[in-house]
Amino acid sequence: MSAEESTDVLVVGSGFGGAITAYHLAAGGARVVVLERGPWLEGKDFEHDFLLGSSYTRVFDFVAGDGMSVLSGNCVGGGSVVYFAALPRAPRFVFERHGSIGRRMWPAALSRDSLDPWYDRVAEAIPVRKQDWSDVTYAGGLWAAACHHAGRTANPVPSGVDNSLCTNCNWMMAGCRFDAKQSLLLNYLPGAVAHGAEVRPLHEVQRIERTDDGGYRVHYDHVDGVDYRVHTGSGTITAKIVVLAAGAGATPVILQRSEEGLGALPHAVGRYFSGNGERLNTAVVNEDRVREVLGLDRGDGRAYLANQIGKGPVVASWDRLDAALPEYERFSLEQLYFPPGLGTILAQAAGPAGSPSWFGVAKKEMLRRWQSWLTVFEMVEDDNEGVFGPPPPTGNAYRISQQMLGRGTLSYQPTANTKRAWALADAEVKDILERDGLATVTPWTNDVVGAYTVHPLSSCRMGDDPATSALDDRHELRGHPGIFVTDGSAVPGALTVNPAMTIAALAERAVPGIVEAARARGVQVTYGAPLPGSGTTGPMVRSAP
Amino acid sequence: MRSGDSDDRRSRTATLESFADTIVPGEKRTPDDRAIAGAATGGGAVAAGAVELLEQPAPGLAAGLDHYAAGLNAHAEAYAAEHGVDLETGLPAFVALPFEHRTALVARLTAPGHPEKDGWVLLALFCTMAFDTAPHMRTADALAAGHPGLATMGFAPPQADGLWRFGEFSYGRQLADLHPATTPSGSPA
Ligand SMILES: Cc1cc2nc3c(=O)[nH]c(=O)nc-3n(C[C@H](O)[C@H](O)[C@H](O)COP(=O)(O)OP(=O)(O)OC[C@H]3O[C@@H](n4cnc5c(N)ncnc54)[C@H](O)[C@@H]3O)c2cc1C
Repeated sequence: MSAEESTDVLVVGSGFGGAITAYHLAAGGARVVVLERGPWLEGKDFEHDFLLGSSYTRVFDFVAGDGMSVLSGNCVGGGSVVYFAALPRAPRFVFERHGSIGRRMWPAALSRDSLDPWYDRVAEAIPVRKQDWSDVTYAGGLWAAACHHAGRTANPVPSGVDNSLCTNCNWMMAGCRFDAKQSLLLNYLPGAVAHGAEVRPLHEVQRIERTDDGGYRVHYDHVDGVDYRVHTGSGTITAKIVVLAAGAGATPVILQRSEEGLGALPHAVGRYFSGNGERLNTAVVNEDRVREVLGLDRGDGRAYLANQIGKGPVVASWDRLDAALPEYERFSLEQLYFPPGLGTILAQAAGPAGSPSWFGVAKKEMLRRWQSWLTVFEMVEDDNEGVFGPPPPTGNAYRISQQMLGRGTLSYQPTANTKRAWALADAEVKDILERDGLATVTPWTNDVVGAYTVHPLSSCRMGDDPATSALDDRHELRGHPGIFVTDGSAVPGALTVNPAMTIAALAERAVPGIVEAARARGVQVTYGAPLPGSGTTGPMVRSAP
Repeated sequence: MRSGDSDDRRSRTATLESFADTIVPGEKRTPDDRAIAGAATGGGAVAAGAVELLEQPAPGLAAGLDHYAAGLNAHAEAYAAEHGVDLETGLPAFVALPFEHRTALVARLTAPGHPEKDGWVLLALFCTMAFDTAPHMRTADALAAGHPGLATMGFAPPQADGLWRFGEFSYGRQLADLHPATTPSGSPA
C-alpha cells in the first residue's frame, strides 16, 4: 500500500469560496488540492443544447427538498459557470439585519464599509463592469420602461459579462461558449492552477475526520463522468487546513456526515438556511400595449417578443432597498431570463379559479405566448428558516436522474415574515406591470417543488453568537480549528440582491486569516499575491483527473 | 422485441400518454385516439416525445414506468368509483377517464400533502420538459424537425453553425431614471 496522500490545504468545491481561497493560498506558496464533484468543462465544451447529457445537465444541479429546491453549479467553477453574472454589492442595511434572532446577525467586524475594499478586489479580478443602457437587452429595457411608467427607478446591474464577446444567446445556464461571461474559469482558477494548485474534477467529498496530529483526513469518491449516481472508487487525503466551499446546499451536509469523525458540531451547522428570499413572477405582456403605453419598438414592427434574447438579468429596480423601511419590507426586483424547462414548469397560467395553473389547457395557451414573457425576480428578506435533515449516504442528495436531479434533505417552511415579504413584492410587480394593461402577472407556484432558490445561503453561517452561528468572524468552524467555510453558507442571511459578489468578497477577506492559521500549522505560505489576471495567470491547463 | 409489442406494454404506453396529455394537452393523432383527449389544438406532450423521453435512461424513471402506469390506473379506478364515473372496459382506467377528470386527478396527486406527490411531480416534470425543451433530442435537430413544443413557444432557431446569436438585442436608449443613491460602482448604496 502506498503512503496516504497529503497536502497543506484541501479545498472542497471550486465555486467562489473554493476558487478564491485556492488561488491565494497557492499563490502564497501552499500546496493546494481542490476536490470538485462535477466535471471540468470550458469554452467550446459549453453547448447550446437542452439534450440531457449535454453541458447543460452536466454542470447543473437541482436538488428538490421539502419546501425548497436548490439550483446550483456542479462543475469546476461551481455556480460561476452557470450563473448570470449579475454582480451588485449588498446594500448597507443588509449588514445591520436582525432576522430571526432579535439582534445583529452579522459579526461586529463586518459592515458594507469594511467589506467595500474586498468588493473592490473582486470587481477588479473578475472583472465587474458597470453597464450602459446600450448593453441593456429588450427584456431589461421593457422592465426599465415599465418601472419608469409606474414612477419607479431602474438600474442596469453591474455585471461580469464582457459585452464585446457576448452574443445575447441566453444560454448562460449551460456555460458560456464565447467566454463572454467571466466565470471563475477565466480568472481565479487558472491563476490557482498556474501557481500549482491541483484541481480534481469528479471527486465528491463525503466526510472529514480529525487525524492524531491535529490535521484532517478527507474522504472522497470518484464520480462517473456520465452517470453521477455511479461512484467508481474512493480515496483519502490528509491536510493541515480544510477549506469547505461546496456551496450552501452541500457544505453542511458534508459536516453532518463528518460529526462522528470530528466530534460535536456547532448547533448552527445545517440550520438558518436562507434562499435569499427568492421568488419569481412571470408576466405575459400585451405587445400592443407595450408599444402604445411605453412607446417601445424594436425597429422592425415588433414591440417586444424577445423573451429568448439576452444575457439573463440586466436591469433591477432598487426603490425598495430603503434602509428606512422595516425589515422584511425591503427587496429588489430584477428582470431575469430562465430557459424553458426550469423556467416554464412553475409559471402559473392566469386561468379560471379552480383550474390547474401550472399544467393543462390554460398553461399550454400561456406557453404559446412564451416570447412575450417577462420574468421578474424578487429578492426579499427571508427568515433563515431552512433546516437540513439527516444526510443522505453520499453527496447532498439521493440522485434520481443520471445528472442534475436529486432529492435532498432540506426542509424550509416559510414563516409569516417571509410570506408577507413575498406578498409585498408580488404586489409591487403586479402594480408595475399590470398598469394600463401592459401585462398579466402571476407568481411561480410554490406548491410543486416548494420554493426554489439559485442563491442558497447561511446554512453554516458566521456570527458573533455561538448559539446562532457556526463560524467565527474569520470563517473558522467553532470548535474545529483549521476548518474554514468560505462559500455562501457563511453569509448570515438574505442579501436582497444577487449574492455572488458578497460571497466572493467574504472569501477574499477570509484569506489572510486562513494563511495565518496555515502558518501556525507549519505551512510555508505568505499572503499578498497580486490578483489573478495581473500577469499571474497563464492559459488554464486541466490537471489529470 | 416481443415484450415491446405485448398488451401490457401497449397499455403502459397508453396510460403514460394519457398522463402526458393531461400535463400538456394536444390534438388527437387519429379520430379514435383514446390516450390523447384532444383538449387543445396542435401537438402536446405526447407528440413532443414525452414517452420516448421517459423511456430513456437519463431521467432515471425508466425502471419505474410499469409501477407508474399501474399506480395511475389504480388511482383512476378509485377516482371513478368515488365520482360515479363509468369507465369503458377494455381500456386502461386512466385512459378511460374523461379529460376533466384526468385533470382533477392529476391535480390531486400533485397537490401539497399527497403522500405520493414527489413521484407524480417528477413524472409531470419530464412530460413538461418533453414539450418545452425536447431534452431527448439535440435542440437544433428538434427545431429543424418542427418539434411541436419548441414550435408552439416560438423558440427561435440557431444560426447555420448551430449556435444562437442575436445581433439585435437592445432598445438602445435610457428607459428609466437611475436610483438616486446608486454608488460609483453601479451598486445600491
Ligand atoms: C442559474 C443560476 C444563476 C445565477 N446567477 C447569479 C447572478 O447573476 N448573480 C449572482 O450573484 N449569483 C448568481 N447565482 C448564484 C451563484 O452562482 C452562487 O451564489 C455562487 O456560485 C455560490 O458560490 P459558493 O462558493 O457558495 O458555491 P458554488 O459556486 O455553488 O460552488 C460549490 C462547488 O462545490 C461543488 N461541490 C458540492 N458538493 C461537493 C462535494 N461533496 N465534494 C466536492 N465538491 C462539491 C459543487 O459542484 C460546486 O462546484 C446563480 C446561480 C444559478 C444556479
